[in-house]
Amino acid sequence: MNGSVLTPVEYVGRWSINRVQSLGKAGYLITGALRALRNVEIWGPRLIMQMVSVGVASVPIALFIAVFTGIVLALQASYTLTGAVPIYLVGTMVGKSMILELGPVLTGLSLAGRVGASTAAEVGTMRVTEQIDALETLAYDPLAYLVVPRVLAGVFMFPVVIVLASAVGILTGWSASLMLLDMSSAEFVRGLRLFFQPWDIQFAVIKSLSFGLIVTSVGSFYGFHAKGGAGGVGVATTRAVVVSSMLILVLDAFWAVVLL
Amino acid sequence: MSIVLRDVHRAFGRNQVLRGLDLEVLDGETLSIIGFSGAGKSVVLKHMVGLLQPDSGDVVVDGQNVSGLDVRELNRLRCDIGYVFQFAALFDSMSIADNVAMGLRRIPGMYDEEVVSRVRECLALVELEGIEDRYPSELSGGMVKRAGLARAIATKPKYLLYDEPTTGLDPVTVTVIDRLIVRMKEELGVTGIVVTHDIESAYAVSDRIAMLHDGRMRTCGTVDEIKESDDLLLRSFLEGRPELTEMAS
Repeated sequence: MNGSVLTPVEYVGRWSINRVQSLGKAGYLITGALRALRNVEIWGPRLIMQMVSVGVASVPIALFIAVFTGIVLALQASYTLTGAVPIYLVGTMVGKSMILELGPVLTGLSLAGRVGASTAAEVGTMRVTEQIDALETLAYDPLAYLVVPRVLAGVFMFPVVIVLASAVGILTGWSASLMLLDMSSAEFVRGLRLFFQPWDIQFAVIKSLSFGLIVTSVGSFYGFHAKGGAGGVGVATTRAVVVSSMLILVLDAFWAVVLL
Repeated sequence: MSIVLRDVHRAFGRNQVLRGLDLEVLDGETLSIIGFSGAGKSVVLKHMVGLLQPDSGDVVVDGQNVSGLDVRELNRLRCDIGYVFQFAALFDSMSIADNVAMGLRRIPGMYDEEVVSRVRECLALVELEGIEDRYPSELSGGMVKRAGLARAIATKPKYLLYDEPTTGLDPVTVTVIDRLIVRMKEELGVTGIVVTHDIESAYAVSDRIAMLHDGRMRTCGTVDEIKESDDLLLRSFLEGRPELTEMAS
């Protein structure tokens, strides 16, 4: 009787303890990574490699998403606005949506899958095969070697990829407007420039920086604390993608409230 | 005494693995630690290199209390300790040469030419010449273990810790690894601590053998003393007779 009554209580208790432990581990990882920043001789040589892996290698998937998002945005804007407001506002909608929201968020979510998963899987595999222990025995700080270059690469490269993807999305929206809608370039550009503010790009870059920080940190965190064998790495990878995707949406709302 | 563990306690959650372990490893000797699965043998090794910290008690290596060292001091101590992992723990994204060079690159003032030359020297010592550019996935189990040993000796450590060095290998490769362990002691003068289940291997490489049981040191002696011991639990382990384990308990 007691057992059946207490089980949910125990479950909640255990869940709470696990969450608090996770917070503690996250705090430990963050302070350790900040301290590891001074070990430039360890993370410095790995930074470029990680920037290529996180940024350059992500360009194809980011552009693929941007191309189709731009086309759909132009067509949906035309469908919604035709007859109600001037058609050149299609350019406004494509530009504003790509820069402020869809470029950063869709690219961020796709990179949460690509970069977050690969970070968690790589670091997690190194954890369960004792490669992280081996790094320590060879006098390397594993946070400086594994986490710092990945997080810095995320912070530097997410904005680059996201700005590029947003630009490509606008270009394909523009092309779709010319080819599929009865619009001229002049009309599209007029709409694009109508409500454009340089702050929009700064806003997108700030969001992108935070997405890069979150995706690589969360991937590193779950990888670093992976347990067991292949199953543990799988769990770590799944959690990394799910949690970083959720945090991207939370951050998206946060920045909208704070900065707009 | 080069490595001393005094009254070391360590638990993982509710599982109390070490319950007041005392152990002394003499300079220049090879000591094998034997014991049943889950006895905490690898845990002992990890304490010696600072991968784990004791809940209480002291782990003193080279006169330094490992748990009292800051990161810099611990890294300096780790340069004197080579660790051969059970499954080698080679970095699978790197060539064998880069794996062996990892520890060397942490030594200030070491030129690339010296690193390359030392890598070749270490690979020759474990009879793995000419595989510098290969990757761990391209090597056999025995070669991987030897590459792990080459990486461990690259920084010319005073101590070599071997975690199950012969597990999963064929008898011929076991003998090759055993000979290498003896050679490391004779040619490099290192103090070795070998964690193993393989009793024949322990006889072949050890000056002394210690048995870990129930979180404490059950017995410790020379190979002859261990062979002649009438401790039932030790005999059950040496002879693989579970009925003696029951009688001992």
